[in-house]
Amino acid sequence: MGELRLMKGNEVIAEAAIRCGCDAYFGYPITPQSEVMETLMAREPWDETGMVVLQAESEVASINMVYGAAGTGKKVMTSSSSPGISLMAEGISYIAGAELPCVIVNVQRGGPGLGTIQPSQADYFQSTKGGGHGDYRLIVLAPASVQEMHDFVGLAFDLAFKYRNPAMILADGAIGQMMEKVELGDFVPRKTSAEIDAVYGSWATTGKKASRAKNVITSLELDSALMEQNNLRFQEKYRKMQQDEVRYEMIQCEDAEYILVAFGSSARICQKSVELARAKGIKVGLFRPITLFPFPTEPIAELAKKVKGFMTVEMNAGQMIEDVRLAVGCAGESKPVLYFGRLGGIIPTPGEVVDALEQKLIGG
Amino acid sequence: MEVKDIIKDENLVYSRPKLLTDKITHYCPGCSHGVVHKLLAEVIEEMGIQEKTIGVSPVGCAVFAYNYIDIDWHEAAHGRAPAVATGISRVNPDKVVFTYQGDGDLASIGTAEIMHAANRGENIVVVFINNAIYGMTGGQMAPTTQMAPTTLLGQVTATTPCGRDLARNGYPLKITELIGQLPGTAYVTRQSVHTPAAVRKCRKALKKSFENAIAKKGTSFVEVVSTCSSGWRLSPVDANKWMEENMFPFYPVGDIKDAEKAGAELFMQQNLKNC
Repeated sequence: MGELRLMKGNEVIAEAAIRCGCDAYFGYPITPQSEVMETLMAREPWDETGMVVLQAESEVASINMVYGAAGTGKKVMTSSSSPGISLMAEGISYIAGAELPCVIVNVQRGGPGLGTIQPSQADYFQSTKGGGHGDYRLIVLAPASVQEMHDFVGLAFDLAFKYRNPAMILADGAIGQMMEKVELGDFVPRKTSAEIDAVYGSWATTGKKASRAKNVITSLELDSALMEQNNLRFQEKYRKMQQDEVRYEMIQCEDAEYILVAFGSSARICQKSVELARAKGIKVGLFRPITLFPFPTEPIAELAKKVKGFMTVEMNAGQMIEDVRLAVGCAGESKPVLYFGRLGGIIPTPGEVVDALEQKLIGG
Repeated sequence: MEVKDIIKDENLVYSRPKLLTDKITHYCPGCSHGVVHKLLAEVIEEMGIQEKTIGVSPVGCAVFAYNYIDIDWHEAAHGRAPAVATGISRVNPDKVVFTYQGDGDLASIGTAEIMHAANRGENIVVVFINNAIYGMTGGQMAPTTQMAPTTLLGQVTATTPCGRDLARNGYPLKITELIGQLPGTAYVTRQSVHTPAAVRKCRKALKKSFENAIAKKGTSFVEVVSTCSSGWRLSPVDANKWMEENMFPFYPVGDIKDAEKAGAELFMQQNLKNC
């Protein structure tokens, strides 16, 4: 068993980054995720693993530092919260267009605009449908515990490098701020320059060698016929993710008549709601998408054949519900898919969720 | 004597740098970009740093800089080249990283990135092509677009058809002087490439900058006051003349800061008084 510690979600992101052999973190302070960079600076990983940690002048700069460093084949990341992620959208689009791996953590807060610093899940559309300009997708992982905040850093890097695509950890202020027991992973050494040359030398800007043509990191292609080919290649990659990388958790779905669908903090709350409802004799289960892109469409379609209805529980005005409806509809089922949520930084209580389930879905 | 008798190795006084690729140029006749590209290729080749140099190209006419010099390149978003270069350089301190940016890229949309990269003293070289216009998008006003002393009117561009108007557009930005005040910079200079003598000086400035980057002295910044014949609607010869008459009084050529040399600061102070 690995080392056990009681840690905040934001702190563990930093610890996990150091341990998984991350080469650099570039960031800018924003509530409720500033502890990520604060923890990194206090840990001084440059002495321990050689990891670079730099406070940039803006989120625009931090994502472009990530863009530059990722182009050299290094394992690099940034973190921010909703308004900061909006500022990064340009850079994320470039990184996706240039097919570079990196990890972006979004510890969401309520919006729109400056909004609130309280937890929210209102960036679901932004994260899963692209966010910046152009046809691109991020790999989006939604942690529901401090342990998953830890585990998903390494997983996000693995997936980002496997597909040469940016991966996002979509958390929220509640998971970022709460403390839980966490089992830390072992230290993985950072890749050496020689290893990077050997593995990523075909595309990374590691300095032009006599043995190869120059490498150019770019998303630009003015010939539309070629740009269409690039786009088709991206789409094929996203299709492959949809085929191979879907991750989800099902809790008490075996005999369920009703299914709550929730991710992240909402899913933690719904776990309690399932207990409360079952105590009342309601046969309800929880379906928790772990990858928001690729979305677990097929498992939901399978459930749709068996259950009476779904209710998504989201800390937004109903965003994931569109993907659940698509999944149910594509399965040819006409089962009701309803929504319950709280907005603007309010976290729903388990009881509220059960009330909504009874009134909207069962009573409706 | 025939031509073949003259073209012999022992008579060779100049040849094209090997690092320049055979790609046919997309730049207009009379454009300064080609000359600066050639100088960069010469300097990188002469210093033997091809394998450790990474160029960061901008958005603008020079977006395709990566087609012409045979090194690894990273194409940045508009104005973000200094942040991209920071990322590359910080995780690869053994590499020599330079950005190549125009006036719209560096002095308008990218002011935050260049000021902070220079202020942190990133060990990078910044090549700043100032032709006082947006070339690629069709000749619109740039932050460096002139109030031309010979005409009393501001420079005419696609978005200042009656000339730059101070009341509407504000003042041309002397960003190089601003950067010269930042302690993170090692060398800040303004050059041009319109005569053979100017080309030689510019080459020297570029070489010094790359040497500074290798010696980790901080940011070196080379502005090249340049022509844009197409954007200015002038012939290449007239564009050079217009540059001398209208740009040099406001953007005087010379070293603005050289950490190794006293006197550069004095130049800047006098220059600031002339604003």
